[in-house]
Amino acid sequence: MIDKKLVQHVAHLAKLEFDDAQLDKFTKQLDEIITMEDELAQVDTTGVQPTTHISRQKTSFRADEVQPTNSREELLQNVPEQQDGLIKVPAILDNEED
Amino acid sequence: MDYFNETIASLHQKLVAKQISAAELTQETLTNIHQLNPEINAFITINDKAHIDDEEVVADRPLQAIPVAIKDNILTKGLKTTAGSQMLANFQPIYSATVAQKILAAGMVNIGKTNMDEFAMGSSTETSHFGITKNPWNTNKVPGGSSGGSAAAVACGQVLAALGTDTGGSIRQPASFNGIFGIKPTYGRVSRWGVIAFSSSLDQVGVMSRHVADSAQVLQAMSGFDQHDNTSADLPVPDYSQIKANVKGLKVAVPEEFMGEGIDAGVREQVQRGIKLLEDNGASVDTVKLPHAQYAVQVYYIIASSEASSNLQRYDGIRYGFRAQDVRNLEDVYIKSRSEGFGDEVKRRIMLGTFALSAGYFDAYFNKAAQVRTLIIEDFNKIFADYDLIVGPTSPTTAFDIGSRIDDPLVMYMNDILTIPANLAGLPAASVPVGMADGMPVGLQMIAKPFAEQTIFNAAQLVENETNFLQQRPQIGGQN
Repeated sequence: MIDKKLVQHVAHLAKLEFDDAQLDKFTKQLDEIITMEDELAQVDTTGVQPTTHISRQKTSFRADEVQPTNSREELLQNVPEQQDGLIKVPAILDNEED
Repeated sequence: MDYFNETIASLHQKLVAKQISAAELTQETLTNIHQLNPEINAFITINDKAHIDDEEVVADRPLQAIPVAIKDNILTKGLKTTAGSQMLANFQPIYSATVAQKILAAGMVNIGKTNMDEFAMGSSTETSHFGITKNPWNTNKVPGGSSGGSAAAVACGQVLAALGTDTGGSIRQPASFNGIFGIKPTYGRVSRWGVIAFSSSLDQVGVMSRHVADSAQVLQAMSGFDQHDNTSADLPVPDYSQIKANVKGLKVAVPEEFMGEGIDAGVREQVQRGIKLLEDNGASVDTVKLPHAQYAVQVYYIIASSEASSNLQRYDGIRYGFRAQDVRNLEDVYIKSRSEGFGDEVKRRIMLGTFALSAGYFDAYFNKAAQVRTLIIEDFNKIFADYDLIVGPTSPTTAFDIGSRIDDPLVMYMNDILTIPANLAGLPAASVPVGMADGMPVGLQMIAKPFAEQTIFNAAQLVENETNFLQQRPQIGGQN
């Protein structure tokens, strides 16, 4: 059911890329995993509510007060590339034709 | 420092009586860690700056000056936190996780950060970017995962206690493989704030230690509501250290699905011995059914991978983490940073999760898994209407050989079939050593009602007392 085209589509959605050898490996493994997942189809879930969270805590409220927060220096501490106190990124638009 | 004959309580007494000073204890612990780490690789970062002033240890602060190891997916301000990934290989947290803050406020000393499967994804600590951790009982074997570093650090006597996280069994399975106690508390008992997210509806921080009582003390210190995590429970925290090693009248259920085919004969024999111990000491034991548990692995890999694919979107190479070089544009930064920064197991789960959440597949996979999760929770509710504790094996096998399962994801995933159900239902669960099979430790799993951690501590203490497992020593550290 899973083919290379679908794996490539999912990789695109997940912002990942694979070379040909990796694509073959992941296609095979994902196919095996999805085949295992298909066993869930045997379970009758008619009318069963899905469980998407498990917290037993009710929504809590707190006062909307200004709290001290991290400094700009701290927040930039782990930024891979920065300049003049700002995060530096490559151009959003492709510059190839320049 | 040789911790094999110590507990937190006995060490505390020595500190108060000034038989050893806090600074000496820290230094001796660091020396021992440095000595064993080249062989075991339990630590990614050893906190050599864990120097503490020779403060006086006072009688009413039982955790003061006790060294603790912290799994490397729990943020510690000023100390590198990597989640076992190249993606965060140089990440310096600017704040500490609430659980870390709490145990440090109680006086514990963060002695270092322990090795783990990348982003806690794995059952063997073989997917770490920082190399494989070895099992101190047999260095050809895995320590289990993903908290394998924490488990090995405790088992070989580097520390008395370590923090781990448990999303599908990542505390209990390595505890079982390393012959130590490990507990995953009820979902919500501890804050997840500052814990690097894998699967938000499953992750919980817990404790690993040789002695049951030591975990009880540490868990107590780190539990409670945190306004930074609104999934944490606003309930009073009991004094877990008031352990009564007594199971008289306790109603124990053994799911037949936990004792059937697929469980190694040696594991089953030791687990049956543990169950008999409970019975001989006054517990009533019945066999019960947990009919949907057979689908737990399928449900888990859809739910956990879906939540992971969402949580791991934040690793885009922009604000923190690995950024690929030689990129043309922003899209390239995202794709190349993620493709080069993540390892294969993480990519596999992101792919599975993205698939399960994508248009056209959501109902058949994510929604179906979430419905079967409800059925598993209902199975537990039915049992806990009549019983106090569910017991069975922690893992179908003892620790397996390094390299033997890593290339076969399906075989690796099935390894967690007995631990996953408690995560899906958010229940407290632990593994306590019960004996040995083929020269390796076997763990007895205990699952309790929500917030009934004390029931586990009490029953586990009885098992610790009656089995004399603590007389056994691993080859590395314990010099068996």
